[in-house]
Amino acid sequence: MLRLEKLTKKYKTGDMALKGVDLDVPPGQVLALIGPSGAGKSTLIRCINRLVEPSSGRIELNGEDVTRLGAGGLRRARRRMGMIFQEYALVERLTVMENVLSGQLGYVGFWRSYFRRFPQEIVTEAFRLLERVGLEQFADKRADQLSGGQRQRVGIARALIQGPDLLLVDEPTASLDPKTSRQIMRLICELCAERQLAAIINIHDVVLAQMFVQRIVGLRLGEVVYDGPPDGLTPEVLTEIYGEEDWAATRDKEADETPAGHGVTEGDPLAAM
Amino acid sequence: MPIGEQAGAKVWQRRTTKHQLGIWFGWLLGVALFLFCWKQISDVTTWAFFWDVPRIAGDIGGRMIPPRWSYIDKLWVPLWDTLNIATLGTAIAIVMAVPVAFLAARNTTPSATLIRPIALLIIVSSRSINSLIWALLLVSIIGPGILAGTIAIGLRSIGFVAKLLYEAIEEIDKTQVEAISATGASRWQVMAYGIMPQIAPAFAGIAVFRWDINIRESTVLGLVGAGGIGLQLSSSLNILAWPQVTLILIAILVAVVVSEWVSAKVRHAII
Repeated sequence: MLRLEKLTKKYKTGDMALKGVDLDVPPGQVLALIGPSGAGKSTLIRCINRLVEPSSGRIELNGEDVTRLGAGGLRRARRRMGMIFQEYALVERLTVMENVLSGQLGYVGFWRSYFRRFPQEIVTEAFRLLERVGLEQFADKRADQLSGGQRQRVGIARALIQGPDLLLVDEPTASLDPKTSRQIMRLICELCAERQLAAIINIHDVVLAQMFVQRIVGLRLGEVVYDGPPDGLTPEVLTEIYGEEDWAATRDKEADETPAGHGVTEGDPLAAM
Repeated sequence: MPIGEQAGAKVWQRRTTKHQLGIWFGWLLGVALFLFCWKQISDVTTWAFFWDVPRIAGDIGGRMIPPRWSYIDKLWVPLWDTLNIATLGTAIAIVMAVPVAFLAARNTTPSATLIRPIALLIIVSSRSINSLIWALLLVSIIGPGILAGTIAIGLRSIGFVAKLLYEAIEEIDKTQVEAISATGASRWQVMAYGIMPQIAPAFAGIAVFRWDINIRESTVLGLVGAGGIGLQLSSSLNILAWPQVTLILIAILVAVVVSEWVSAKVRHAII
């Protein structure tokens, strides 16, 4: 369904953020993209919907090369890709309902959207989604009145109302506490399963990723260095992705702590607990 | 080298001795320059006029009191004109300034090499010319009256409103715009959903603030024949009708106080 071929991105500063990434995502598969900061995870996700322009390579979505699309074609392609952000990226001064409905902007004309006259079936769907993510009584609240976890749920509803085939999820839990992180990850994965959605989830937290997804792709300095099941992440593989560290110790500790254990991230203060 | 050693203990000073001496020398130069200028001005001042000041000020002040209250009947229309000049001028300015601001902001301009400099030029030229000078020009072009004043206020305000607005646009949160773009929204929808809500408070604040300034500016436009209460002020001054001048000054003061109160209320309600 999504296929990346030799995708590269070179920033104006000369940094090669992506060095020929090949990736194949079948329909309905949720995969986690892990790697150290600066490995190009965010760049990869943003290249797929061209918030960042890739330098070369192909991005094939349902057989269509996204990199060759003009402005109108790109807008239609973006409707098929929902995006969820680390800092939620809700429009702070709009209500929850307006934020959810903004996911439909690609389908609704300018004046209809300007006067907030969305088709009734869309509004019904928005209410249904808000109920699904547990925010039905918040529809009329302004987005900046919500907590982090609630905002991320609005972000999820906004992505889903697009009716996408693919979710691009950029560090969905990095600004959330461990419990909320798990809830959000669980929600995203459940929704993907319900709707047969494929998803690429950028995530720092290796343990959290292993808990929820079927496939993990490790990125290091713009190259894929691991692609396989979650339990294939041996200390050697983690060393290859992140660099030298006593991974075995972390993992043993993790085993002691489970099932109550927190997600342990590189550099996470919780790792010391 | 503010860190040194004295008797085995590390000492810290804010500045090195050399730096400190340099600062004292700077102050010395400043004071010397001030005294020199004082002397120059004093030499060319006709002190006889200066010693006269209290007597003449007292004389005019005496003639200004009491104000000629009955003259207020002739001021209602000019006051209304002044208010209209300020309000309509601000409205014109806002309508023209919004597109200019979007063209001037780095993150929304269609072309940073061609269109942005043009927009900035519009802003600078509007801002660099005082509304009184705009009014002088316009009175000679379209003749004296309210229209000239309104357009003068409008032209002067475009730059002000556009400058503050484009700075607000440049400071918006980029990820909110990205999120709206990522849904497949069109350029105009991104503007309406991603950018407008973010700049709305700044926009309202700027508009009311400029209206408030324009009330004050439009009170003097009459001096050059561009309508409003300044016309009465100028003619009263010319015929040395001091009690009328007092009343006009009081009227202007009241108008300005009221406009400041209104703009403070509106800004408070929005932000």
